[in-house]
Amino acid sequence: MSEHITEEVLKSLPDASGHFGKYGGRFVSETLMAALDELNETYQKLSKDKDFLAEFDRDLNYYVGRPSPLYHAERWSRTVGGAQIYLKREDLNHTGAHKVNNTIGQALLAKFMGKPKVIAETGAGQHGVASATVAARLGLECKVFMGAVDVERQSLNVYRMKLLGAEVEAVQSGSKTLKDALNEALRHWVTHVDDTFYIIGTVAGPHPYPQMVRDFQAVIGREAKQQCIAQTGRLPDALVACVGGGSNAIGLFYPFIANQQVAMYGVEAAGLGLSTGKHSAPLCAGRSGVLHGNRTYLMQDDNGQIIETHSVSAGLDYPGVGPEHAWLKDIGRANYVSITDEEALAAFHKLTQLEGIIPALESSHALAYAEKLAATMRPDQTIVVNLSGRGDKDIHTVAALDGVQV
Amino acid sequence: MSRIQDCFAALSAKQHKALIPYITAGDSHPSMTVPLMHGLVKAGADIIELGIPFSDPMADGPVIQLACERALRHGINIQQVLAMVAEFRQTDQLTPVVLMGYLNPIENMGYDTFALAAAEAGVDGVLTVDLPPEEADLLSTALNTHHIDSIFLLSPTTEDARIAQIAKASSGYLYYVSLKGVTGAASLNVSDVAERLNLIRQHTTLPIAVGFGIKDGASAQAISALADGVVVGSALVSQIGAEQENQDVALAKVTAILAEMRHAMDS
Repeated sequence: MSEHITEEVLKSLPDASGHFGKYGGRFVSETLMAALDELNETYQKLSKDKDFLAEFDRDLNYYVGRPSPLYHAERWSRTVGGAQIYLKREDLNHTGAHKVNNTIGQALLAKFMGKPKVIAETGAGQHGVASATVAARLGLECKVFMGAVDVERQSLNVYRMKLLGAEVEAVQSGSKTLKDALNEALRHWVTHVDDTFYIIGTVAGPHPYPQMVRDFQAVIGREAKQQCIAQTGRLPDALVACVGGGSNAIGLFYPFIANQQVAMYGVEAAGLGLSTGKHSAPLCAGRSGVLHGNRTYLMQDDNGQIIETHSVSAGLDYPGVGPEHAWLKDIGRANYVSITDEEALAAFHKLTQLEGIIPALESSHALAYAEKLAATMRPDQTIVVNLSGRGDKDIHTVAALDGVQV
Repeated sequence: MSRIQDCFAALSAKQHKALIPYITAGDSHPSMTVPLMHGLVKAGADIIELGIPFSDPMADGPVIQLACERALRHGINIQQVLAMVAEFRQTDQLTPVVLMGYLNPIENMGYDTFALAAAEAGVDGVLTVDLPPEEADLLSTALNTHHIDSIFLLSPTTEDARIAQIAKASSGYLYYVSLKGVTGAASLNVSDVAERLNLIRQHTTLPIAVGFGIKDGASAQAISALADGVVVGSALVSQIGAEQENQDVALAKVTAILAEMRHAMDS
């Protein structure tokens, strides 16, 4: 990696205007600028406030069920025959994925800012469920924007959100998937900016969202670091996490960012294969551009129009990625690789059969890459994989692919 | 003097206000755009805002989203939009043309390449909806080099200190977004607009155009009593959407709405 980038710089970004190198920033229409200023000011203050942080920690412990275990997948590691693979069990969190770490934090912010209404966008529905969950608990009115195609694909999560008291709006514009849900949430926010807090689900969007969501998710990496040292006596050799928008990956990576001996691998969805164009891998196969409030790597055509993405996992089906990942790629601190639908499905079955853990299809991308990586390493080396979510929500998808009617 | 400055100076001498229609380039068919631009001028347009279609128009309501989708179905890109402006310029050297759109297609083309090509086509101003002045230095410098005005938005939520900062970054005119919402919204409050314009004028001498929520002669008249210019978009674009099969009818309907606004504003 570039030698002029010091540990202080690595840990200090974004800068005051929300940039990670040339990425990040605030690219929104003028009406939202005041709301972002207000949010940024509040967040920068509360992120150093002992009471706020204590309440956040308390909720993570007693409501989410943290710390989540770091589990040595011995049988799977033995089968691979290389490095020891440890799983950070975010799948055991309340609501079944890492998403809730962030929604707890943002809902607390909404409460501190006196906003009675929250909105969220969702793809697979996990962030929508996590938002509806915290909204129910804090008595906030919650509206979730979800592409009409995803509403169809993820009817179970739609019903969960409704049970939790949220209103789910099926978005009919554009490709009717996650990116359109984000557009519609921004449109709603601009119209109801006075009383509404927008809970963005990943480390993308305008500043301060990429920083804020990273900080809330960084609990994953902080715990993993302590747990790894406690169990193995040292830091891991490599970290592996799937990257859609990139919140679970940055949550794992960030506390290790200055430990340059720890290699970091972000795994994007190669869908049907990078060469087919039917994938969701902007870091591996896209170019820099501006969308949804930040500059980052995007899937776009020759004219700068955003193109539709494909992945078997709805949670990775997004044409952009968090700006900090774009920056970590450019400076060479993290490696970004990709895994196809087929490889992810194979890993899904393998972990289920060898360890009795059914992983989310998103996390299965990380597992599939970890397996390849482990095989190139020694048995005395360690890989920590973020098992970002559980696979219950994907049972229907997998069954359909296997030709089984459930 | 730029074409935009000339335009506002000439209007001011006649004690008239600028009527600024917005259409999306290539909507509903690429062959329609240049005739429509000429038709708008004949019906009383002083400046034309020409939209560069984008796949993800986050600040726009459903009417302009659909217009973008229609244009993109014909594969409209910036080069084609600029060719339309150049064609318009062959017979109209007076009416300023302002491109309005989102940053990504422009960034994808490259700021300098875009600014040069836009100047050669006869573009007078550029308004990039998702580009606040804080992020705009490089694009504004490129545009400035080619004597193209950078037009920025002001909103009901823009705080005092920012008004001055935005005015300083702007040239040509300022675009005041009359309401919290997306294009095509319905809840325009004239007295709120009056109050905000008074405040904005304490910070700038640039002309101020007002848009969002203006849809007919009455709303155009009410706003033109306060502002230097009136922008109308969704009310026109919805007619283009409704008459996709019959371009002549669409053109007649759009120009009739604009003529009614012109009449209301000047009487």
